[in-house]
Amino acid sequence: MITYKNVCKKYDDVTVVKNLNLTVHDGEFVVFVGPSGCGKTTSLKMINRLIEMDEGTIYIDDQDVNKIDGDQLRRGIGYVIQQIGLFPNLTIKENILVVPRLLKWSEEKCEARVHELLELVGMPYEENAHKYPKEMSGGQQQRIGVLRALAGEPPIILMDEPFGALDPVTRENLQDELKILQKKLHKTIIFVTHDMDEAIKMADRIAFMYDGKLLQVASPEDMLRNPADPIIKSFMSKHVSTLENQSLDLKCKDVMSTDILLITEQKKAMEIMSLMKQKEMNWAIVVDEEKTFKGTISLQNIKKQGELTGVAQDLMDTKAETILLTADAKEAFNRLMKSRAKFLVVVSENGKTVGIITKSIITEKLANVVWGDLDWVL
Amino acid sequence: MAMRFVVQHLYLVCMACLFTAFFGLILGAVAYMFKWIRSFILGVVDVLQTIPVLALLGVIMLFFGASSTTVIIGIVLYSLLPVVRNTYTGLETVDPGVKEAAQGMGMNRWQRLFKIELPLAFPMVFTGIRIAVVTSIGIAVFGAVVGGGGLGSTINRAILIQDMDTLMKATLMLMAMAMVFDFGMSIIEKRLQAR
Repeated sequence: MITYKNVCKKYDDVTVVKNLNLTVHDGEFVVFVGPSGCGKTTSLKMINRLIEMDEGTIYIDDQDVNKIDGDQLRRGIGYVIQQIGLFPNLTIKENILVVPRLLKWSEEKCEARVHELLELVGMPYEENAHKYPKEMSGGQQQRIGVLRALAGEPPIILMDEPFGALDPVTRENLQDELKILQKKLHKTIIFVTHDMDEAIKMADRIAFMYDGKLLQVASPEDMLRNPADPIIKSFMSKHVSTLENQSLDLKCKDVMSTDILLITEQKKAMEIMSLMKQKEMNWAIVVDEEKTFKGTISLQNIKKQGELTGVAQDLMDTKAETILLTADAKEAFNRLMKSRAKFLVVVSENGKTVGIITKSIITEKLANVVWGDLDWVL
Repeated sequence: MAMRFVVQHLYLVCMACLFTAFFGLILGAVAYMFKWIRSFILGVVDVLQTIPVLALLGVIMLFFGASSTTVIIGIVLYSLLPVVRNTYTGLETVDPGVKEAAQGMGMNRWQRLFKIELPLAFPMVFTGIRIAVVTSIGIAVFGAVVGGGGLGSTINRAILIQDMDTLMKATLMLMAMAMVFDFGMSIIEKRLQAR
């Protein structure tokens, strides 16, 4: 358990951390978040005394950190930084073993520990232990950075924007891995980031700091639901707005697909089939000259007729439902969910057929709004 | 030109450079670690190099007499600058992330210096030593004036008796020595930097 008690830090006349009080429980994942210069990194570094506090104290399990020798203290706390900071003159194995060696572990214990840790992140010992850091990618290096922090079996790990310098895909992977590691190892982790997405994803509790003050400590859900301060709300605007406002504004126009095949009533079955083949579709919408919706026709329908002499008018299904272009997307969603209809035909106010909404189309569009552009996944 | 003088010259240079490297490293590291004495150390080695070599040797001779010791001390004082400066700069420019990590892992000041910072600064230190070696080959020539021997004596005598042939040979020998050391050490230097 880590307890901040009235902790203050000043640089010259500027107070960067103001009267911080916070308790972090064993096995908890707490994320300090806030804009740059809010004092979050300073707060983190006062735990292992890389930065000394001016007032107040921090207790680790009821022991005042100011009363422990700094180097001894740091050997017992894992530390991961944004710049990774692997020692370029040491191999991966030697890097991992820095703290165990400082703690004077036996050689067998060290050896076993390296094997165990590399296995933990799925990096084979033979392939990786004797490499030098610069032979690895940034993502791999930071995996080792995390292992190095874990090596001395510290109960607490401090992470200062550990994934900030990595590309988005690698960052996601490492976030997931860290989350799994934490579940497995039950470490107490204090994590600093300015990225709210990361905070929401990783944290058991988020500690929001602004201008040296702790504005709110809450679980991600609580903070999203009840931000204690307008600043927090604006910092989370992206998330809040997607949940509250933006979805209300969505119209059918925003969630429909215009990738449709329109055919006139008098088209012959043969022609319709070849058109469908060309566009690689197995259905079409039948309209009149004014593009007014008349019905739908599927490849199956045509084939069922056996002879291919009919025209669209005779073959079409007129039961399909329509919805106005300007109607709320929510209405379209409700109708799709409640009725047996597989799709809704979207018509404009002057009666022209303009698009279609299916369950999968609307789900994809809504997902886009909530989680951002997912095109690269799909 | 006797081979004896070439060997003597090399002896002066090698001895001096061993001391230069040793004291230069220590002074550079001290300047890096203790801020209060930093500008003093860097200032003194700077000033030492502005003293004319002959004057410097003359002063040292007052204490150690006309001997090779005097020459070696002179060379050391004179060539400290590149080693001290490069050691200091090399240590100072080690990646701050690496330094922070080392401290965050709980290494104490000396462990950080010897296990991380000095090994990483070494290529730069070596460059300093190379410069020191090459300059000291030239400075050792002045050694003849204070009875230190070496190729300086050969050149001195050749000038006195106007023996152009020996003078040329000795000069070429000095140039060859400087080039061989410079070239050989620059290869090692590149290897170090590539690591």
